[in-house]
Amino acid sequence: MTDDGDVAVRLRGIGKRFPGVIANDDVSLVVHRGTVHAIVGENGAGKSTLMKILYGVQKPDSGTIEVNGKPVRLGSPSDAIAAGIGMVFQHFMLADNLTVQENVVLGAERLHGIGRAARAEITRISSAYGLGVEPDELVEDLGVGARQRVEILKVLYRGARTVILDEPTSVLVPQEVDELFDNLRELKQEGLTVIFISHKLDEVLSVADEVTVIRRGTTVDTVPAGSVTSQQLATMMVGSELPTPATESSTVTGDDVLEVHGLGLVASSGRRVLDDIALTIHRGEVLGIAGVEGNGQAELVEAIMGMRPQAIGRVLLAGVDLSGASTRERRERGIGYIPEDRHRHGLLLDAPLWENRILGHQTQEPNVKGAFIAKGAARDDTSRIVETYDVRTPGIDVLARALSGGNQQKLIVGREMSGDPVLLIASHPTRGVDVGAQAAIWDHIKDARRRGLAVLLVSADLDELIGLSDRIDVILRGHLVASFDPDDVTPEQLGSAMTGAGQAA
Amino acid sequence: MTPRSTRVALMVGAPVLALVAAFLITSIVLTVAGDPAVDVWTQILSVPQSRNVANIINSATVYYLSGLAVAIGFRMNLFNIGVDGQYRLAAFVAAYVAGEAWVPSYLNTVLAIVAAVMVGAAWAGIAGLLRVTRGVSEVISTIMLNAISTSLVAFLLRQAAVDVQGSNNIGTKPIPRGSWIPGISVGSGPGTEVYGFIVIAALLGIGYSVLLNRTRFGFDLRATGHSEPAAVASGISVRRMVLVSMLLSGAVAGTVGLPILFGDAHSYGVTFQSGLGFAGIAIALLGRNHPVGIALGALLFAYLDEQANPLQILLNVSPYIVKITQGTIVLTVVIAYEVVRRYGVRLEQRQVARALEVRGSDSAAKAPA
Repeated sequence: MTDDGDVAVRLRGIGKRFPGVIANDDVSLVVHRGTVHAIVGENGAGKSTLMKILYGVQKPDSGTIEVNGKPVRLGSPSDAIAAGIGMVFQHFMLADNLTVQENVVLGAERLHGIGRAARAEITRISSAYGLGVEPDELVEDLGVGARQRVEILKVLYRGARTVILDEPTSVLVPQEVDELFDNLRELKQEGLTVIFISHKLDEVLSVADEVTVIRRGTTVDTVPAGSVTSQQLATMMVGSELPTPATESSTVTGDDVLEVHGLGLVASSGRRVLDDIALTIHRGEVLGIAGVEGNGQAELVEAIMGMRPQAIGRVLLAGVDLSGASTRERRERGIGYIPEDRHRHGLLLDAPLWENRILGHQTQEPNVKGAFIAKGAARDDTSRIVETYDVRTPGIDVLARALSGGNQQKLIVGREMSGDPVLLIASHPTRGVDVGAQAAIWDHIKDARRRGLAVLLVSADLDELIGLSDRIDVILRGHLVASFDPDDVTPEQLGSAMTGAGQAA
Repeated sequence: MTPRSTRVALMVGAPVLALVAAFLITSIVLTVAGDPAVDVWTQILSVPQSRNVANIINSATVYYLSGLAVAIGFRMNLFNIGVDGQYRLAAFVAAYVAGEAWVPSYLNTVLAIVAAVMVGAAWAGIAGLLRVTRGVSEVISTIMLNAISTSLVAFLLRQAAVDVQGSNNIGTKPIPRGSWIPGISVGSGPGTEVYGFIVIAALLGIGYSVLLNRTRFGFDLRATGHSEPAAVASGISVRRMVLVSMLLSGAVAGTVGLPILFGDAHSYGVTFQSGLGFAGIAIALLGRNHPVGIALGALLFAYLDEQANPLQILLNVSPYIVKITQGTIVLTVVIAYEVVRRYGVRLEQRQVARALEVRGSDSAAKAPA
């Protein structure tokens, strides 16, 4: 494997700085042809930046890139494609209302035209690599796994010999992951090279030949997948033991905090995104909601928060009917809310931290005195949150935008835990935050549960759901279809319920 | 430099640079047109006489109110282009009410001001209502309401008008002398008094600042302007905020014509000054929606207007040349602010990262192994 003719991609001393962060620092990497090469690292370690450099989206500040032994300059994605490198992004870039064939040829009309030749090429690639893609299907009719295969086909159609996949499994259920891995093995057998970015270590070990670990923007080591365990990889990734959200003894009481009856919501398209949802959360209980994204989780949370006035059904908090109440009233009654998208819903990015402390609590102590903002008290309380929740910031006057994702999230968690909420709605509370912040946030949720907080936890991370929840309900197409005890459920069982496979059985 | 002092330095530096750029561009235009650029600037930048100073302060007062009205909308991402229509309708109604003099003396003045504020608010409120009930962009509706207001005022003026003595103009009944707002003298000789309404304008500026920065309502308004989704998630009723801020913006717009009405014209006629609402948009942009910034912007525009007046007589150069300067200033200022804002954000991110690096290595050194 040391023979240079064998090397598909070689990176030497790649460095990239962004304001406030060193995304990459002296990254060196050798990817051999015909292998699946995994790049692992915690969120924010610099994996995505490295891949964007390799795909020409971003220019490195230093270092060299060699493809097939020849040095290349990748100034744009078209340079990368010309060098035989293609990339499948985490978020698909497909036009829903076009067919598979139209999506594939879009932007690559010069290669095989848009007619029969293109179609023949798509069919050829699809069967050569076992992708099972039908050129005439509409993309909107395809599931997530099939869409991903279309994205892969798009890349191959453009002549890529090296395919980069950015967190490809984050949107897939376990069964789909297995299918994807079969496809990747197929690609490898045909002599293609796959670079696979992930932070899910078990998956990495099952599919990759070699694994490169990145920590804090630099390469720690490259090891053959057969010679390490996931625990060893994890230790390399974080430089210490990987935290897991271990379940603790139950603190569930008999007091109902949140009761939801017959909650329904019809989208403007006429589709029922929520249908007859009923759930109860008790004091000291964490109810986890599992589901493939887009099955109504976001709408469920927003309906309970009062952000969806069209929702029907009843929502009771500690016995008080809040069905028609405004979002503000619900918050005043003690609902804390960690939104799914902290940049859109959780923060004023261009406002200082202490103003962000007030957001969502504009009518509550200690932020206001009558109709006026109590600036001093709000600032003091912001300092308390920064201190207690370990928000890494030089001060409370910096803009929220200047903080890293994990620290932004810790600020939000601290804010929403203030003022003794009775119910916390946490939507993907640790998405996109680093391992340290993740462990801290888990601890805060567990502490609050012990003190009697009721928690509705929506997450795509099954480990997080199993580790934190007292009960897990599965949402599928707007229905709650199954309920599990996290102590004796497997990811496969959850996966089946999430895709509806469990119903047939 | 600390992050705060850097921010202040950038805030002051940007408009100064923008001004220099605007002067350069105007000079190029003058040179191309064959006009004496140096002489023009000598006149414009000469020290104004006290009569001119009074004029500058007076038009700045009016510009200030207009800028303030626009700024209230801007703070919430609402573009109230309708200040022009709002103030003309309001000034007409105020002139009519004051001219009828149903109540004596200053009570009459107060009544007329209240009427103007309510008419301005109501006229802007139409746009607000359309936005929250039917989703009509306030940009479109306020533009249309400007046109409607022009016709409406013309129609009402015809109904209410009396002939103005010694001219062919028509106007509302003159306001009785006891209801005028007396001027404040800034020099000796004729024409050196500034509108007494300037006191009300200053109070409005203070009120604007307190409302936005110190109150819950102001916080909600700014939060909605920063990010509507975040505002919704925080419990703000965005529809209510849109309506209320349109009403407030219109209420302030209603006062724009009043300094002229109570300090100078004393009736509303066909020659009543128009176009002040559009100047307000430029001035609010120039002043970054900051109460002091708007005042500086208003003074700058008023200064340029006044100093350019004699250009025609002295140099045979059209005084409209300052419109080019004013327009370029708005453009360059907007660009400079955006550049500076981005630079500032990057600078701050870097400063935050540096501060944390230092702290991180400190704590790492102290931490037990």
